This record gives sequence, C-alpha cells and structure tokens, in this order.
Amino acid sequence: MIQALAFYMFAFMTIASAILVISSRNPVHSVLFLILAFFNAAGLFVLLGAEFLAMILVVVYVGAVAVLFMFVVMMLDINFVEMRQGFLQYLPIGGLVGLILASELLTLAGSWIISPDASRVGAAPIPDGVTNTHALGQVLYTDYLYLFEAAGMILLVAMIGAIVLTHRRRTGVRKQVIADQLARHPADTIELRKVDSGRGI
Amino acid sequence: MPLSEMPNLVPALPELFLAVAILALLMIGVFLKSDTADNAMRTSRQIWMLSILTLVLTALLVLTVSGERLYTFNGMFVTDQFAVFMKILILGGAGLTLLISRDYLEMNSMGRFEYGILCIFATLGMLMMVSANDLISLYVGLEMQSLSLYVLAAFRRDEQRSTEAGLKYFVLGALASGMLLYGSSLIYGFSGTTNFTVMAEMFAHGGDYAPSLGVIIGIVFILAGLAFKVSAVPFHMWTPDVYEGAPTPVTAFFAVAPKIAGLALFLRVMTGPFGDLVDQWQQIIVFVSIASMVLGAFAAINQTNIKRMMAYSSIGHVGYALIGLAVGTETGVYGVLVYLGIYMFMTVGTFACILCMRRGERMVEDISDLAGLSKSQPLLAMALTIFMFSMAGIPPLAGFFGKFYVFMAAVEAQLYGLAVIGLVTSVVGAFYYLRIIRVVYFDEAGDPFDKAVSRPIAFVVTLSAAIMVFFILYPALLLDPAAAAASALFGG
Repeated sequence: MIQALAFYMFAFMTIASAILVISSRNPVHSVLFLILAFFNAAGLFVLLGAEFLAMILVVVYVGAVAVLFMFVVMMLDINFVEMRQGFLQYLPIGGLVGLILASELLTLAGSWIISPDASRVGAAPIPDGVTNTHALGQVLYTDYLYLFEAAGMILLVAMIGAIVLTHRRRTGVRKQVIADQLARHPADTIELRKVDSGRGI
Repeated sequence: MPLSEMPNLVPALPELFLAVAILALLMIGVFLKSDTADNAMRTSRQIWMLSILTLVLTALLVLTVSGERLYTFNGMFVTDQFAVFMKILILGGAGLTLLISRDYLEMNSMGRFEYGILCIFATLGMLMMVSANDLISLYVGLEMQSLSLYVLAAFRRDEQRSTEAGLKYFVLGALASGMLLYGSSLIYGFSGTTNFTVMAEMFAHGGDYAPSLGVIIGIVFILAGLAFKVSAVPFHMWTPDVYEGAPTPVTAFFAVAPKIAGLALFLRVMTGPFGDLVDQWQQIIVFVSIASMVLGAFAAINQTNIKRMMAYSSIGHVGYALIGLAVGTETGVYGVLVYLGIYMFMTVGTFACILCMRRGERMVEDISDLAGLSKSQPLLAMALTIFMFSMAGIPPLAGFFGKFYVFMAAVEAQLYGLAVIGLVTSVVGAFYYLRIIRVVYFDEAGDPFDKAVSRPIAFVVTLSAAIMVFFILYPALLLDPAAAAASALFGG
C-alpha cells in the first residue's frame, strides 16, 4: 500500500517536473525542475531495489551534469527567445522523432505482455543476502579488476590531456602568497616621515 | 579478498610496470621546476630520457615474461609468443620515434614534459590491445591508446593545423569507437559472452552453434572500427589531414606504433574468436586490402607534401599487410608479422630523415625542398634513397622481403587476384618513391638544409638504414621469432 503510494508520488512528480522543464520560460527554472526530476527518478530506482543506481543518479546527474547545465545557462549568453522561434519549423521532424520513440517504447512494453518471461531473462541475478551495491563491488574488484584499473588510467589520460591542451601559464597574474605576506617586515614596507606642519611632503 | 583470489599478476608484469612508471614520471614531471622556459626545457628533456628508459625496461620485462600462453585477470588478458613479438615491435617503434622527437619539440617550443608521458601512455594502451582476450579489454586498451593520440595530434595547440588535426582525429575516432562498440554489443547479444576463448569454442566448426546473422553483422562493425584505427581504405579519410597537420614526430609515432598495434588486434580478433568464421569475413578483408593498396598507390602520386605522401604510403602498406590476414592461415600471419617488423624500421628511418628537413630553424615539408640534398648532405641522401628503395620493395633491401612473404602466402592460398593486384600497385607505388630519389639526386639544388643533425636522429637513421641493407645477411633474426609468434596464434 505505502509502496504503491510512494510509486505514484514519485512517478507523478517525475512527469510533472519533466513537463515543467520544457515548458518553463526561465532556463534556470528548467534546470531546477530537471534536478527535481532526477531526484524523483532516483526514488523510483530505490523502489525497484536498485539503490546503487539511485545513488549514482543523484551523484552524477544532480551533482555534475545539472551543475554543468547551470553553468552553461548562466555563463553563456544564449538568447532563448530567439531559439524558440523555429519551433513550428522543426515541429514535423521533432514530432516524427517523438513518434518513433513512442512506438519503440510501446513495443518494449508490449513484449512484457506477450511474454512475461522476457523481462526476467534481461535482469542479471543478484547473489542472495547482499545488497546490489555490495554485489557490484564484489565483482568490480575481483572479476573486473583489470577493467576497473584500466578505466582509471583512461580517466588519468583524459585529465592530462585536458591540462595539456588548455592550461596556460599566464604572466602578470598576482597570486596571494601567504608566506610572503607573513614574512614581510614593517621596516621594508612602511616609511615614517616627519612632516613639517603646513608644508606637506 | 583472500590472497588466494588475487589474480596472477606475472603475465601482465610489463603493463603493470609501465603503468606504475607512468605515474612516477608524472610525479617527477610535476614536481621538477618548470617555471622558466629553460627549466621547462630541462624537465622535458629529463622526462624524455626517462620515458625512453622506461620503454627499454618494459621491453626487457616483456622478453623475460615470454613463453607459453598464459591467461590472467579472469581470462581477460592473455600473453603468448604472438603478444611478445608484437609488444617488442610496438615498444621498439615507440622508443625510436620518441628518440627522434626531441629536437623538433625543443625547436618548436613544444618542450613540455607531458609529451613523453602521453607517448608511453599510448604505448601502454597498445600493449593492452595486443594482450586483449575479451571484447571489453580490447575496447579499454584501444581507447587508452586513442585518447592519448588525440591529445598528441593537437599537442602544438597554438598552431591551427595541429589543433585541426587533433579535432578531426577525435571526432572520427569517436565515431569509429562507436561502431566498434555497436559491433561488440551485437556479438555479446547474440553469443552471450565477451570472452574470446569462449567465443572461439562457440564458433568452432563441429560445434552445435551456427553463426547467426547478428554475429556476422557484429563482426562487420568490429571490422569497420578496426579498419578505421589502422586507416584501411573505406575508413582512411582522416589519415592525410591528420598526418599533415600533426607535429612531425607525432606523425612518425602515428605511422608506426598504432598501426602495428591495430594490425595485431586485427590478427588476434580475426584468427582467434572468429577464426572459424573465415568464410564470412574473408571477402571483406580482401576488398579492404585491395582498396587500400590501390588508393595508397594512386593517391600518393600527386602529393607535394612529404608527410601527406607518407600518409598515403602508410595506407598502401596496411593494404599489403592485410593480404596476409585475408589469407587467414599461419603462413599469412607469418607474412604480416615479417612485414610489420620491416615496416617499423623503414618508416621510423624515413621520418627521421623528414625531421632533418630544416631550413634556418624552420621545418619544410615539400618534396621539392629535397632538391640538391645529394650535394649538401650526401649521407642523409643515401639513407633516404635506401628507405625509398626499400619502401618500393626493390631487392635486396628488406622491404622486398616483407612484400615477398605476404605475396607468397597469397599465392599459396590461391588468392592469385590479390597477389597480382599487390604486384601491380607495388609497381605504381615505386613511381612515387623513385620520384623522391630523382628529386634528391637530379633536381636543381635549392637552398641547403641546416647541416646540424642531432645524435639521436643520426643514430636512428643509421640503425634503420643498416637494417634495411643487411637484413638479407641474417634474416633469421626477424623470421624465427615471427614464425614462432604466428604458430603461437594458431597453436592455441
């Protein structure tokens, strides 16, 4: 009962916030609704018993992707009114893509009705008695150790590459060096002068 | 994890050593002073030296670990004689191209320590590709190599041509990776495994499994992805632009190490898991091979830029090497291995000569700039002549033997058409190789190049030229390991 209630709440909120993402006029609001949609989708995953996926969704999509969107929206000077002008022009092709997507989803859903066993084949078995985060960790660091480490090395390459291609040593940057500030002696920086009254320096 | 479950690390010792060494070099590079131009140059030179040393040590490790076929990491990693042979070639190619790169980097203010590190990173990816025994480990190795290469292509980031080359390579390379992944997913979906050993058993003749259409489509996609990485013909478009735009030492690296690694992967995948499906993929390889040879021969004729010409030449060479794979037998693979061994030295030597084409501290790249080289630098001219003759496949130079073994394998397998087309395109190819020799010896001399040839370049030119000339005296040095490697690939 409570589970069904939670499901309908999450599902309703996901769909509602997804609609608000594309209908709100302010792009910043769109991003915020997107974050709400992600959170609710994560809730749906928890209900399915895929808590690892739920956490990853929050960490990766809310933590990184949505923030990236936010940056793009706020830092780039995009004229959203202008972008919407071609709406009618692109409606046919957009509608076609939507139609294809919808029919594919229907086919997928239909297969559950035609053969209820099909969905069971796709699901990978989880060992009994452990959570799926635990189960994932067990294979990730044993069977797939090689791939895990190799993926780490690839990320390192990506990091080095990004630094090599973009980092520049700029001249004339004034950095705060606290050690230098502390090491300064009053005698080096302050000069005391006796000023005769009414004369100025 | 109990200790007994620790995977056996010994077969992967060279890769582990290389990975740890990369991390160490990165630390050294970051913590050495590089605040001024002079200090940065010194740091980059130290890292350059250490990178070469690392490659040499890795090669020694590869040799000590060599032996029978060993699997580790849950069957995802394999090492055998074939892997050892290929790894030595890759490490040799990477080391030699790194050796000739120093002066160019320092002269063109590219002296940053990341260059050497990215080079050995790419090499690590290649070693992993050669040892891949699983679709996922294949992809991971390939991607490590490709990512490093994209960055290397754009390494001269202040020059438009270099960044353009990097971007082009990245976009097209990502597309090729996508195709490879799509093919892999199809194969996984239809066979239920990503492991090559299991796949080989499943597809073996006499098994109760007939390859379904999905598997065959998957193989075609994997072939397309791999053909892109070795720049075989329908997927070669990126090669001339990237070779021309990338800094010359990087081009030299591209022309040698990734080609060898890509072809090693080709051999491993096609003869391993899909070895018994040879009827399905043979026509594709035959087509790719013929198309590469023909395009490599004819498109190179009109080129005026020597790096562009070398790009087309390398496309042609891939075509010749693929003849051996198209044959699909041990003799064919043996031919490919011999071909690659000779190709490596030939190409490194040629690029070392190209790196000497400097006039007043500036690189020149036109073929016509070579005019009068025979008078100003007779030794360099002679070396270049040897490489060009060898590329054209004129006996008694080594290049002839590479082609000879590949064509012999084709004739033995009664693929006469392939052998004949190979011979005809060799003759056409000889035209543009000989044209360079004509320019060097008979054309009106222009301004001479800078005389100073640095010691590493002189060493590499001398070594490669000597190998080209004296290969005929003691060919067993290459032929015996190649034969052992080829039989290891088929012996199981």
